[in-house]
This record gives sequence, structure tokens and C-alpha cells, in this order.
Amino acid sequence: MPGVIAAFTGADLASEWAAPMPCAWPVTPDMKNPPHYPLATQRACYVGDGVAVVVAESPEQAIDALAGIVVDYEEEPAVTDLEDAAADRVLVHPDIGTNRAYTWELISDPDALKKAFDSAAHTVKERYIQQRLIPAAMEPRGVCVVPHPFGGDFTVYSATQIPHILKVMLGITCAVPETSLRVVAPAVGGGFGSKLNVYAEELLALALARKLRRPVRWVEERSEAALATIQGRGQIQEIELAADADGKITAVRVHLIADMGAYLQLVTPGIPLLGAFLYHGVYDVPVYGFSCTSVFTTKTPTDAYRGAGRPEATYAIERAIDALARKLEMDPAEIRRRNFIRPEKFPYSSAAGLVFDSGQYEMALDKSLELVGYDQLRQEQRRRRENGSARLLGIGLSSYVEMCGLAPSRVLASLNYSAGGWEAATVRVLPTGTVQVVTGTSPHGQGHVTSWSMLVADRLGVDPQNVEVLHSDTAVSPHGMDTYGSRSLSVGGTAVAMACDRVLDKARVIAAHQMEVAEEDLEVSAGTFSVRGTPEKSMTLQQVAFEAFTAHNLPDGTEPNLDGSITFDPPNFTFPFGTHVAVVEVDTETGKVDLVQYAALDDCGNQINPLIVEGQVHGGIAQGAAQALWEEAVYDDSGNLLTATLADYLVPSAAELPSFKTGATVTPSPTNILGVKGVGEAGTIASTPAVMNAVVDALSHLGVTQLDMPASPEKVWRALTNVGKEAGR
Amino acid sequence: MIPAAFDYQRASTLDEALSILADRGEDAKLLAGGHSLLPLMRLRLATPAVLVDIGGLRDLSYVQDRGDEVAIGALTRHRDLQISELLLNQVPVLAHVAGQVGDPQVRHRGTIGGSLAHGDPASDLPAAILALDGTLCARGTSGERTIPATEFFTGFLETALRPDEVLTEIRVPKSPGKFSFKKFNRRAQDWAIVGVVALSDSPARVALVNMASTPVRASATEAALAAGAAANEAAQRASEGLEPPSDTNATTEFRRHLATVLVRRALEEVGL
Repeated sequence: MPGVIAAFTGADLASEWAAPMPCAWPVTPDMKNPPHYPLATQRACYVGDGVAVVVAESPEQAIDALAGIVVDYEEEPAVTDLEDAAADRVLVHPDIGTNRAYTWELISDPDALKKAFDSAAHTVKERYIQQRLIPAAMEPRGVCVVPHPFGGDFTVYSATQIPHILKVMLGITCAVPETSLRVVAPAVGGGFGSKLNVYAEELLALALARKLRRPVRWVEERSEAALATIQGRGQIQEIELAADADGKITAVRVHLIADMGAYLQLVTPGIPLLGAFLYHGVYDVPVYGFSCTSVFTTKTPTDAYRGAGRPEATYAIERAIDALARKLEMDPAEIRRRNFIRPEKFPYSSAAGLVFDSGQYEMALDKSLELVGYDQLRQEQRRRRENGSARLLGIGLSSYVEMCGLAPSRVLASLNYSAGGWEAATVRVLPTGTVQVVTGTSPHGQGHVTSWSMLVADRLGVDPQNVEVLHSDTAVSPHGMDTYGSRSLSVGGTAVAMACDRVLDKARVIAAHQMEVAEEDLEVSAGTFSVRGTPEKSMTLQQVAFEAFTAHNLPDGTEPNLDGSITFDPPNFTFPFGTHVAVVEVDTETGKVDLVQYAALDDCGNQINPLIVEGQVHGGIAQGAAQALWEEAVYDDSGNLLTATLADYLVPSAAELPSFKTGATVTPSPTNILGVKGVGEAGTIASTPAVMNAVVDALSHLGVTQLDMPASPEKVWRALTNVGKEAGR
Repeated sequence: MIPAAFDYQRASTLDEALSILADRGEDAKLLAGGHSLLPLMRLRLATPAVLVDIGGLRDLSYVQDRGDEVAIGALTRHRDLQISELLLNQVPVLAHVAGQVGDPQVRHRGTIGGSLAHGDPASDLPAAILALDGTLCARGTSGERTIPATEFFTGFLETALRPDEVLTEIRVPKSPGKFSFKKFNRRAQDWAIVGVVALSDSPARVALVNMASTPVRASATEAALAAGAAANEAAQRASEGLEPPSDTNATTEFRRHLATVLVRRALEEVGL
């Protein structure tokens, strides 16, 4: 065929792999992890499981050549329903004998849990579906592997969030020495967790570049991204609350069935665990029980997607507490107030075993209600109900806390995660006074270059324009744990700040020596060291850097050059929080839900760049609201994805969203020297339950309380029709 | 999203386009704004051997007063319909509907002729032309003919146009009375899940978007109105005789329900 260089099946390439594709999170010792290779050999387990690869001179020729491949599939039954999967009626992987990958439990005191429910004045039991979501980053994936002309080295360019982790995993899986690999993540167009992975195509590109001795490139198409990039969420949640007569929650019990998809990708099995500790939310709950059974299905593997486990947890508790409020005929704001962890309780040791760093939950609630005009909205809601309006108003609250800043390495060890959670940074003041920052974080739209420049400029007293931030290239930044889990500022930014402090410490020693004064007599301000009481006697940081560079006159034992390096392992997670309020109008005739107002009050501790914080909140709200109202990866009973284009998978646009009102409180985290918490996922975590609570709030007086996402017009109409039918009986 | 290989020919006159069509027959496809055809080609659902680009035929872009009628060149873009003073005064429904198609990019590229010739039941403009009882003019190598809109849409993405014909002009009677367009969708840029065009002119006319395999008139509703039924009663018959599609946005049953609600609202809006 014209332009075709080679074509291979999975069997042809079997000898290329030193190990199956990596799963870095074996959550239990007995977890089932079926071998997963870049191309399937005997069985394809989901639509998107590659079976052959074509290499051609151009993408057009490669795609034309696909028509020449005939795959003789022998069809087996699909496994698409989670409860059916758990029943092992049909096995996705017959070799492992079950669809259940693992069961993981966190029940500190089973007797106390049972007693709390037995003796409760009120209980609610709710069941929610977390539909699968397609991450849909603006830029799909892409990889290019360039073999060096001699020496056996490779440069790997990949649209990834994790160049450092990818380098290690490529080396292990393809048996290439780590020293022979350089991984570069160029400007990456978004990830939302979907590029926190090691993909078949990255491994194939490396293996084929090695085999064919020429550069190999692959760029994903949008519909391929829907099928073969990981998906998010995918759970059936059962949550029960026990409460006393006053509505004070005494226990939370949760059981999940989580959809792994056909295989375990890099951190697939760990995603439910990232939420496992947070199903009591912002509430002071003394007794806690959580369990999760994870199952294989014949669908695209799931993995980290913006919030990863924490949106699921927040959704369940925030919807359940509204259900409790309805049962007690209490305002949703009031039941939250009665249950918040009080400010004086921080650091708060939770029944699930975490230590929450800091929080002022009621203040955030109060400010959010003020921002949205809560009392007037309630009046308007009443007015419309009394008028018999076909456009009902719903007001939904969501008070959230999340754990981010991944992660203390020892905690990761206790969860059986295979790597650490530290971050590395180097700060160099060059002889001309320019500052070079090397970070192990790997931005893909978060603006680290801006924020890190501001942070360094502030700390060292230099102009932000004179700061260069180097990242996302393992040859330039050899150590790093990359970007995900709202970790970059609280772990990576803290490392940068600590490296700045090392630079300042060294500069102080050199400046004192040069000016012949004691170190304690020096003051530092705006990048200048001056002698206390004799301000005309001073040295700028640039002068100190030049002296450190010439090394003509350094104190004994001081090494030349002005730089500092550090690797920071956080002592704890950080715990951002806030309250979001969504206001919807529901057309009771068509079932259409319009999101008409949205107020977000977030506390992510100290802020480095408020504009970037607000941008994260805006994008997060849109993405979370999308789960509530629009987005769903829909499969048919045979396991075919029906929403593989952006015409069918409804990513909302600005036209569907109101202008957001945002506000912030600042409760610094004591976990790091910057007092920062993280904001990359908060909007997504908070907004999904806020919007769904608003939809239910609009309709609950009519009897509609059970409603799953997305709240599409047809689903809302059917819910209203069903209560109408029941009322008529 | 890479289309199959194809030849590309740019026609500088209508006659040139017609002669290429005559040569290549069913292998050829006309390219105007490209907003319906190119996505189908990228998904390889359409694989024409040759594209005949008529985008340069500027003399087919116009909106003209012809006495009782308004004539519209087939290559007039949606945006030009939306802001046409003549349409805003004499056929306001068409200007309004054109302004609801897709998003600004689509409206600045897409053409009315392309939209009609594509024959998509989910498109807005075909329903508007149908409600207006418009007439479509086609030119072929053997000459020109006119086709009433009510006979133009013959099946799913199928029209009465022959492979050697080019749609050149659309004529609609002046219709300055009240109108309503109800486009129900989940995102502003999407095709209608169900759409309704209603005109108060006597007799009242109602056309539906995405309620069958072609754009259709709600004939049972129109008949009920002609017999003096109230809006609510006539709307109950909106989907009578129709088999609306079922997809991830709406089942057949829900589309039927939506049609009754939207037709009722449209009729109330035009004062019926």
C-alpha cells in the first residue's frame, strides 16, 4: 500500500515488552490485575482495545491502510452493568475467575457503626449513580519518539502530565535503560487527569522507533480519545446517614461498586480510595464505615479525572445531607450548620483517620449565601410554587472539603501506592542576576511559569520578568513527581520557596563576609542585603550572585555559585474547602434545567495569583456542572460507545452557563510554609452536587427526590411523569 | 478525522459547475459552506470522488424583492439572511430562524442552499422554508425547473434534486405576520432535539424539525386549526402520523411529548 512502512499485530510485537503495562497502585495484596499489553493478542476486551498497528509515511496513508486490515472477531457477551459484573455472570477475563478486582474496607469500629445505626433517631439511605465521563481535554493525546542516530538513546515527546513517571515506566516496560531516555512534555493542551497515565500508544511509539530505527509519531483523533483515553467516575454509590433527633449526624456508612473498565491503567484501582476518607464531608461525624468493590467491565478503563474520587464522595454526602434535611423538614443551610466541624477543632482528627489541617466551614457557608442572596431566592421560589409556575426555581448548596496536595510519601505507602509524593526544586541566581527555577511539576495549562515566577520574585526580591522557570523535560529537570491532585503549588511551589530560602541563607553568608559584618547584622529587603543601622552599606542579590560566581572572595567552606536545591515531602495533605450555591430553573413541561445563577465561595489558603485561582474555579464549576446536567459516556448493551463525538458527548459551552459569582476566604494551611492548599479540582468537586441539589430542590415538593445524572430533559420529565402517575393511583 | 482522498475542482461559473456534474455524475458532490458535508467526509460517512467548489459563485448570493415573493440566492449565508432588512420586514421568520442555526462560525460559512440540499431533518432552515410554502429552483444541463418545498424532501438526507442539478434559488411568499420558532436543545450550538416553526397567516402553518426522517409539516395540527380547534387541542395532534427518531438526547416517546408542548407554546405565541 502506498506509504506503508510496516504493520504489526500484538503477537508480532510480544517480544518488545519486558513487562505488561504498568499499574502503580495495587490497593490490596490480592488485587486481580489481568496482564495488559499495548496490543491485545487473543482477546480484545473493550471497544478501543488495540489489535494492530500501521506505520506509514503520513497520517493520511496510515488511516487509508487501516481499511486493508480485516479483524476476524468472535463476539462474546459484553459486561456493561456494574452489579451484573459483580455477580460474575459473564467474565471479562475468564483466566482470573472473577470480575471483582478487589474489595477495600475502612471500618474502624464495626460494633460502634452498627450501634449508631440501630439507635439512630433518623436514618437515610440513598443510592446514586456516578456516570462515566470522558475527560475531553482541548488537545487529545500525541506522542513522538525520536531515536538518536547512534548510542541507542531516545527522546520521547508526549502530551503527558507526567514526564518523570513516564520515563521510569517506559524504561521498565520496554527494557530501555532509564539513562537512554529523555522525556519531554511540550506545551500540553490540558489533561484533567487523563494524561496522568502510561498509554499503549506511548509504549508502541517507543518500541516501533526502536524496531524501525526512525522517528515514530502518533496523534490521537477526537473519537479515539473518547474510546481509548481513560474515562472518569463510574460508580454505584450507597450511602447511609444516622442522625439524632436534632439532625446531628452520628454515623456515615458507604458502599461503592466502582467500574475499573476492562483493565487497570496506571492508578485505576486507587481512584475510589482517594475519596474513601471523605464521605463524611465537612461534618463532624464520630463513626465511619466505607467499603468498595471494584469490578471489571468491557468498557474503556477508568482512572483519574479532575477530582478523582473526591467529587464522587462530595456528591454522595452532599446529596444525602439534603435528603436528611428533607426528612427533618429543615433548611439545607441549617442542617449543614448543625454538623460542621467547628473551627476550634482543627487540626481535626477524622473518624476515617485523616487530620484536617484548617477550616472555617460556617464562615464559607455564610458568605456564599450572602453572595447569592439566599433569602430572596427562597422567597422567589415560594412565590413561583404558589403561582403554579411551569418554571420552578431550585437552590442547591454544596459544602465541600477535599484532600489534595498529593501526597505524604508514608501515607502513600500505607495505601500501597508504588511511588512517593515529594517534589523537587532548584533555584539558581545566575551571575547576571537572572534567576533560574527548575521545578519537577509539569504544567499543562495551570500557569506554573507565571505563579512560580511571582513566588520567586516575591521571596528573593527580584523582578518576575527576570525569573526563568524550567520544567517538563527530564534532561533539564531530572527529579519530579509531576502535576495532578492539586499538588503543584502546595508541594512543588513549597519546594521552590524552600529552595529560595536556601539561596537566601547562602547569600547572607556571602554578603556578610564581603561586607565584613556578622550575619545577624544583615537585613534583607527587596533583594538587597543591608547592614542594620548603616543602610548605605549594602549588596544586591545580583552582586552577591556575581561574587559567588567569581568565587574570588568567599568564606572558607562556602561552595561557589548561588543556588539551592531541595526535595520536599509534605507532612500532610492540604484540605481546601468552601460552599457553592447553584440556582436552576426547571421547565416542568419539557424537563429542561437551566442553570441561572452560581455563587462559589472557596478557601484554598493563601493565594499566589488570584486571577489563576479564579480561572481554576471557573473551569472547575463548568466541568462539574457538566456532569450534573450534560455529560455522560453512554454505552449500548453490546459495549459500544454511543457518545464518541463532541456532537453526542455534551461538553457545555459558555452559552449554557451563567456568569459565576466568586468569592474567597483565606484560611492558611499549617502544612507548608506558604500556607497554600490547592484549587485545581475544588470547583469540579463542589459544583456537581450543588447543581443536582438545586434540581432536586426545585422538584422535591412534587415528590421528585430520586434523580440521577445527567439531569437531562427526558430524565426530569420521566421523573415528573412517574410521580404524577403515583399521585394519580 | 482525515477524509478519504478526493479530487477538488473550483467552478468559476454555474455552467462550469454543471458541466463537471454532468461528467462525474454521482461521484461528485457540491461544496458550498462545507458545514454539513465536511464533517461527514471527515468521519468517512461521505466519500465523494470529486468536490465541486461553488463557493466562488458570488452572483448566487442575494436577497431580492420580487413583488409577492422574496427570492434568495442559494449561496446566501445564514448570517446574511439573519441581517437582511428585506427579510426582517417581509419574511421575519426566515431571518430569525437563520440566526438560530448552529453557532456564529456556522452562520458565517453555511449557506441556505447547502442546508436545504443536505436535507437534514434536524436542520432549522428546511422547516422554515416548508412552513413558508417556498419554492426551490434547480438548474441542470437540460434546463431549469421549480420544485415546491413540500415535494423537495424525499427521505433521510435525500431530496428531489438530481445528481446533475444545482439548487440556485429559493423563493418564499412575503409573510410579515406573526411567527414563532421554538428550538429545543440542550446546548445552544446543537441541532434541535425538536423544533417548531409556526406562522399565523391564514391558513396557519406549522413545520417540525427532527420529528421524522425528513423536515415535515404538522399536518394533523394544521387540519385541526383549520377546523377551528384551540391551540392546546391542535397541539395534541402534533406528531400524528409521524415516527420521530430515538437517540441519546431523546426517545421517540419524549420527542412526541416535546412536540405537543412546543407546538402549543408556538401557537400561543402567534396568538392562535
